[in-house]
Amino acid sequence: MSIEHDDVLHIARLARLAVPESELAQLRSELGAILEAVGRVAELDLSDVEPMSHPLDLANVWDEDELQPSLERDDALSNAPDPHDGSFRVPAAGE
Amino acid sequence: MTIDTLSLTAEAAQTLLGAGEITAAELTRAYTDAIAERDPEIHAYLRQGDSPDGESGEGVPIAVKDCISTKGLETTAASKILAGYVPLYDATVVERCRGAGMPVLGKTNLDEFAMGSSTENSAYGPSRNPWDPDRVPGGSSGGSAAAVAGGLAPWALGSDTGGSIKQPAALCGIVGLRPTYGTVSRYGVIAFASSLDQVGPMTKTVRDCALLYEVLAGRDRNDSTTVELPEPVTIPTADSLSGVRLGVPKELNDADGIELGVKASVEAAITLAESLGADVEETSLPRSVEYGLACYYLIAPAEASANLSRYDGVRYGHRASEPSDLSEMYERSRWEGFGAEPRRRIMLGTYALSAGYYDAFYGQAQRVRTLIRNEHAEAFERYDALLSPTSPTVAFPLGARTADPIAMYVADLLTIPSCMAGLPGLSIPCGLSEGLPVGLQIVGPQFSENRLLQIGHALETALAFDVVPERLR
Repeated sequence: MSIEHDDVLHIARLARLAVPESELAQLRSELGAILEAVGRVAELDLSDVEPMSHPLDLANVWDEDELQPSLERDDALSNAPDPHDGSFRVPAAGE
Repeated sequence: MTIDTLSLTAEAAQTLLGAGEITAAELTRAYTDAIAERDPEIHAYLRQGDSPDGESGEGVPIAVKDCISTKGLETTAASKILAGYVPLYDATVVERCRGAGMPVLGKTNLDEFAMGSSTENSAYGPSRNPWDPDRVPGGSSGGSAAAVAGGLAPWALGSDTGGSIKQPAALCGIVGLRPTYGTVSRYGVIAFASSLDQVGPMTKTVRDCALLYEVLAGRDRNDSTTVELPEPVTIPTADSLSGVRLGVPKELNDADGIELGVKASVEAAITLAESLGADVEETSLPRSVEYGLACYYLIAPAEASANLSRYDGVRYGHRASEPSDLSEMYERSRWEGFGAEPRRRIMLGTYALSAGYYDAFYGQAQRVRTLIRNEHAEAFERYDALLSPTSPTVAFPLGARTADPIAMYVADLLTIPSCMAGLPGLSIPCGLSEGLPVGLQIVGPQFSENRLLQIGHALETALAFDVVPERLR
């Protein structure tokens, strides 16, 4: 199945990936080939089959509501690229 | 006494420790010496762990796949996006190993975020197969498999989404168990595809596998998908297969691409199973194999695209330099940090989940998954376990499949169906083809680990496969 140039840009935007212009053609061709291979699931008529989301029949797993220790603030920030004043600092979201 | 790490099993090491014939420090030192000698060639490890001073545990040391969090020890999932990331806590499986006295020898290499079948997708360079360093060890738990096969660890933790324990175990001539979904905690394991991911043991023998599984398994309140085992783990002793009903699914044994040498070796093992008393019959899983790979490569990337959205350059991991705004920071950090395979899978998964395509791709794949589960359930009304090759081929040369993602995906053709169904599977070495190990896959119904281990142990005893790579003997 074919995937268009604009589709690749759209998916990249949804996936928050800054795909450079120079990589678009190759990604488009690789994704097209993979979609061709996986798209065969459409051959089967499964309208009467329930989808399976999980291998175990578990629902509403409850646990006692007990107070547990949590991470110290400084520890939680220890892997951050730009910790600032006890917080995660990020660039402005817009003007 | 001299410790030969190539042939020493974890069980034998425990016996030596228990008898006071060696100390824990001497044992761990034997492995760190072996790592210093052979790992420059094999590259099983990304980094070493506890120093061999005997203070980090009195037990048999273990190697840990680098997608499993180790407190205070860098954990990268072989991705540049997590370079320098130091976990603040141990994964539950690591905590359990530490609780059993096992020092952590180090963190083993993998395909980035466990996406791949050769370790060639590691951002830190591939591992090599101890049987032939020009060949891959398989993947994604290739570093763990190479460490055990190369005498660089007595046993190791791997993780498996679509075959990442069993396939490298097969290619390196060791034992690997992918346990039933829900039996081993994933708390602290870097998530790839959450409805599939499992942690499991990689060892030299089936009994070692049972000993390690016993340490790992059981409910964990930090992973709500875990359950209590219906029965305790038993360490296998059987040497007969009398009364065991084994099915041989023809689609898993005659699939296109299975090498003749692999087929011959597995057929010989199946004949041996019959001579040990098993009732063996051909059976069929018609759609599981035909549609399994396609189903997997929709569901796993879809879940991965969601799981990997957490790498945004805010709380940990790589951040692009001098972004002009928040969106650019996300988008450039992610593009720069992820390698080619995670990028492809994130894109593919995002597409499969996007408006207008969800029903045709992800929804349809989930329905195919139901078919696969049902086909296996029907087979287990008649059989205790199903036998097949683990991998269609022996270890392939480095670089042979890197240019074609789909050629790499086919490496998991035979392991994927049972993973989709949430079933346990054991791979044991059953012989050589062209001088390289062949793996026999033994799949059972949910929670049938004890029986799989019994079957595996009986066959292993009769096969008498020498796990030491020929060139290192």
